[in-house]
Amino acid sequence: MAQEPVLAVESLRVEFATGDAPPVVAVSDMSFEVHRGETLCIVGESGCGKSLTALSILRLLPRPYGRIGAGRVLLDGRDLTTVSEAEIRAVRGRAISMIFQEPMTSLNPVLTVGRQIAETVMVHEGLSWQDCMDRALEMLRQVRIPEPERRLHEYPHQLSGGMRQRVMIAMALACRPRVLLADEPTTALDVTIQAQILDLIRDLLQETGAAVVLITHDLGVVAEMAQRVLVMYAGNKVEEGSVEEIFDAPSHPYTRGLMAAMPHLGGGRGKRLNEIPGVVPALDARPPGCAFAPRCMQAVARCHAEAPPLVQIGGTHTVACWAHGQGAQA
Amino acid sequence: MTGKTSVLDVQGLVKHYSVGRGLFGSGRRRLHAVDGVSFAIAPGETLGLVGESGCGKSTVGKAVLRLVEPTAGRIVLEGEDITALSRSALIAKRRKMQVIFQDPYSSLNPRMTAGEIVQEPLINFRIGTRAEQQERVAALFARVGLRPDQRNNYPHEFSGGQRQRLGIARALALGPSVVIADEPVSALDVSVQAQVINLLMDLQEEYGLSYLFIAHDLGVVEHISHRVAVMYLGKIVETAPRDMLFAEPRHPYTEALLAAVPVSHPRMRRRRVVLKGDVPSPINPPSGCRFHTRCPIAVARCREEEPALLGDSSGHSVACHLRTPAN
Repeated sequence: MAQEPVLAVESLRVEFATGDAPPVVAVSDMSFEVHRGETLCIVGESGCGKSLTALSILRLLPRPYGRIGAGRVLLDGRDLTTVSEAEIRAVRGRAISMIFQEPMTSLNPVLTVGRQIAETVMVHEGLSWQDCMDRALEMLRQVRIPEPERRLHEYPHQLSGGMRQRVMIAMALACRPRVLLADEPTTALDVTIQAQILDLIRDLLQETGAAVVLITHDLGVVAEMAQRVLVMYAGNKVEEGSVEEIFDAPSHPYTRGLMAAMPHLGGGRGKRLNEIPGVVPALDARPPGCAFAPRCMQAVARCHAEAPPLVQIGGTHTVACWAHGQGAQA
Repeated sequence: MTGKTSVLDVQGLVKHYSVGRGLFGSGRRRLHAVDGVSFAIAPGETLGLVGESGCGKSTVGKAVLRLVEPTAGRIVLEGEDITALSRSALIAKRRKMQVIFQDPYSSLNPRMTAGEIVQEPLINFRIGTRAEQQERVAALFARVGLRPDQRNNYPHEFSGGQRQRLGIARALALGPSVVIADEPVSALDVSVQAQVINLLMDLQEEYGLSYLFIAHDLGVVEHISHRVAVMYLGKIVETAPRDMLFAEPRHPYTEALLAAVPVSHPRMRRRRVVLKGDVPSPINPPSGCRFHTRCPIAVARCREEEPALLGDSSGHSVACHLRTPAN
């Protein structure tokens, strides 16, 4: 990919400061790029910092404690961490939009869905109200909601979970964003509805060419959707590569552990699943050295003392583990 | 399939709820949560009960335990009909049938220590002396992988996976023969989920437990079940030994469910047949076959006539006018 990335996150640190104590670092030294038409999946378990990474891109970290401690977020080369409040508001929902796991909590229950979509268009594009409502209807049609003329005038509670997520997607894409951040968009949905929504996101992105950052804990969703994959553990990037590189040659012990722990159709019926012993360390109790070392079967003394750097082990494949690359020879 | 060999035998289970009044006060409407579900579970066997939200799978679990009173049907536990037992007689039988819930946090008393939680059933059933109870609690803690010193901790001090271990220890305290597990791993992260699934499988082998394993995740169900029953809108549409169900699904709904599961490797991506629309409301379920509104192969007959669940000699049963079991 010779062209410039649409979105580039550089050495991002997300921290939480409470009282006089030193800030707790939730995400450290996070870097990635997404190009036009590309889907990057960020995968990891609860508390690994994947959602905070997405929220910090739009400067939506929980206030007053959460903040970007270091790093840059570049949208077409412009650093979003330093622009004014008014400027970042103009970016949200227009150049970069976001969809969340539970659409019911992100939709306004007392406004019709048509009005909510139209408002987004109104704020960002300043069209007449009628034009905005026309756009809303067109969007409902695009996300394949049956009877869009009727649904336009309905309230969120009148829609099923799958349809609410379609409305969220309609709203997110109404202003033709350059980047779509999708945080576990199908986690709350049944598997047949998840399949509908994933297909829909894929089709719409092909049409619009938006870049996508899709956050998920589900490796199945990654296998379905990603071109590139970034694996996070305890606030750090531990591995990144193309979807083929990651699934053909998972190289971080955590990535390998996740893949082996996941029951999948046709895989080892009745056999024991591979466990990752222990639990993810708490934010304020992350061990020195490699954060995964206490749960890692291959950990050696160095892993407990010194954090491994990211090293390149193939085409676009990087991993942070002492067992790989330069680290292994050192 | 029925008779002496099964630990739990459920026949024609029905649970209807009345919900509100009709728009014109035309009497109460009925929500058909479970509508004639039958199955049997053998000793040491796991029956996986799968389906999407609102299909009635959790209601089946609750009705079998009589945590909700079934509208109709018969529940036979270890040869004894418990459907009509009085409250007190039922409580005595609960020793043999225990339950594990999805969210261990909301099913553990926050004001009791972990040790007290596991000991409570022993106290309620007056089993052993206090010292013997303490000993049993210690053994259960060790068995489910909790540290002895954690007995004095409160539920909020445990992680999600540890809380589920605690729920399992409590369920096992009375030495049940059947455990109803309602989405026991859905709230857990993948790495922890594997720990709990392995634990459940080990415990089954050790104690010869039977599980009714209720879940929506087909990968998990395939992993842990010996037999699988698929539910749609209050009815079982297909049931078969695990390998048969996953290799040769017959009901169009089972096919669609399996096709919707995300692939495990990007090279397996394919354009699949995606089911259209949402599950209809169980308040006015569709006539005939309840799946006909979304079924890709439905014909006129499916709208009018309800298909019966018909089985063959291999234990594969399908409720579909157009598809019968393979042999």
